[in-house]
Amino acid sequence: MTIALHPNIDSHLIETLELVSDPEIPVLTVLDLGVIREAVERDGVVQIKLTPTYSGCPAMDVIGDDLRTAFAKVGKEVHVELVLAPAWTTDWISEAGKRKMEDYGIAAPLEETADKDALLGNKRIVKCPQCGSTNTHLVSQFGSTACKALFKCDDCLEPFDYFKCLK
Amino acid sequence: MKNEALYTYILGLADNSLILGQRLGELCGHGPSLETDIACTNISLDLIGQTRTYYQYAAKVSGKEITEDDVAFLRLEREYRNVLLVEQPNTHFGFVIARQYLFDVFHLLFLNELQHSKDETLSAIAKKGIKEVSYHKRFSGDWVKRLGDGTEESHKKMQEAVNALWRYTDELFEMSEGDQQMATEGIGVDLSKLKEAYYEEVSELLSEATLEVPERKYFSYGGKKGIHTEHMGYLLSDLQYMQRTYPNMQW
Repeated sequence: MTIALHPNIDSHLIETLELVSDPEIPVLTVLDLGVIREAVERDGVVQIKLTPTYSGCPAMDVIGDDLRTAFAKVGKEVHVELVLAPAWTTDWISEAGKRKMEDYGIAAPLEETADKDALLGNKRIVKCPQCGSTNTHLVSQFGSTACKALFKCDDCLEPFDYFKCLK
Repeated sequence: MKNEALYTYILGLADNSLILGQRLGELCGHGPSLETDIACTNISLDLIGQTRTYYQYAAKVSGKEITEDDVAFLRLEREYRNVLLVEQPNTHFGFVIARQYLFDVFHLLFLNELQHSKDETLSAIAKKGIKEVSYHKRFSGDWVKRLGDGTEESHKKMQEAVNALWRYTDELFEMSEGDQQMATEGIGVDLSKLKEAYYEEVSELLSEATLEVPERKYFSYGGKKGIHTEHMGYLLSDLQYMQRTYPNMQW
């Protein structure tokens, strides 16, 4: 199952990759997030292609360091290359990742059209990760990190982050 | 330098993002409300992220032993190639929004063309940037409408900002010799082709925001040649302070 999801990743590296998570959303591993585009071991060195979610995302530097640390623990050297094309999209977040995100209190990205309606404040469709109500409204198009917008639930009154759809 | 023309071209693109990113970063903790403060700094982060990838590429192209930080921090004012628009100060929030909107419309049109560049790295940076800049434009455009079509006071201030910044819009389409060369080689963008679409789009939104489209015939130029407005020196003294005071310092 896991192998089929990551065709460009050597299966024996998955266990270690699963130990590295997004520093801002620690429940998501780099595999859940879809930022590892390739990971292969050649001549004893692990070659990783990492793609940023957003150009300025400071998590990328940390993820690079964390990858080196994680593989150093199992005695492997890592070379991380940052690749920009094709550009990251929220479609690459795994289904498991979306579930973990919701459990963590962040509403997962809607599909493109629905996302636009939600972020323009046209429709109340973003589901509150606390109580499940869709009676929610947009507070701010920009949130605590580049990838999120801020919403508030009008039923349970809790504010929450919404992970923006990026296509 | 082997690739002097390409190096200079990349700096021109990157400097626009760096200087606007720096201006927006000045608002960190000083925005008129928490939401707008976060928005401006988020946009700043996107722009500085784009800048980093441009500068990393420029450092590589230069063939010298330099890093993105050398390029960002250790040049003199005359060596920055950004357009005058992006260095204009955060006079009031209307200015911040007008400057942003006037640049965002250009930026998106520009990246839409740059994604077809023969240069793979520039094309990749553009494709990534398009997604981010579309969101910036949505934010700035919404605020132009909200302030323009808002209260008497907000309308007056928004119009004042648009009038004051309008003179810097024509420079966005100025083609330097280097731009010309890069466009001919299929690496860069022919800016003159974007002009009509730009003014059409901006005029439409200004009208929707009940603002008047300025009828100015006089425009200011110079940034692309390194001749900046007086605001630039102050901006750079903030930007370069750490590297000038503590050379080679690292976080």
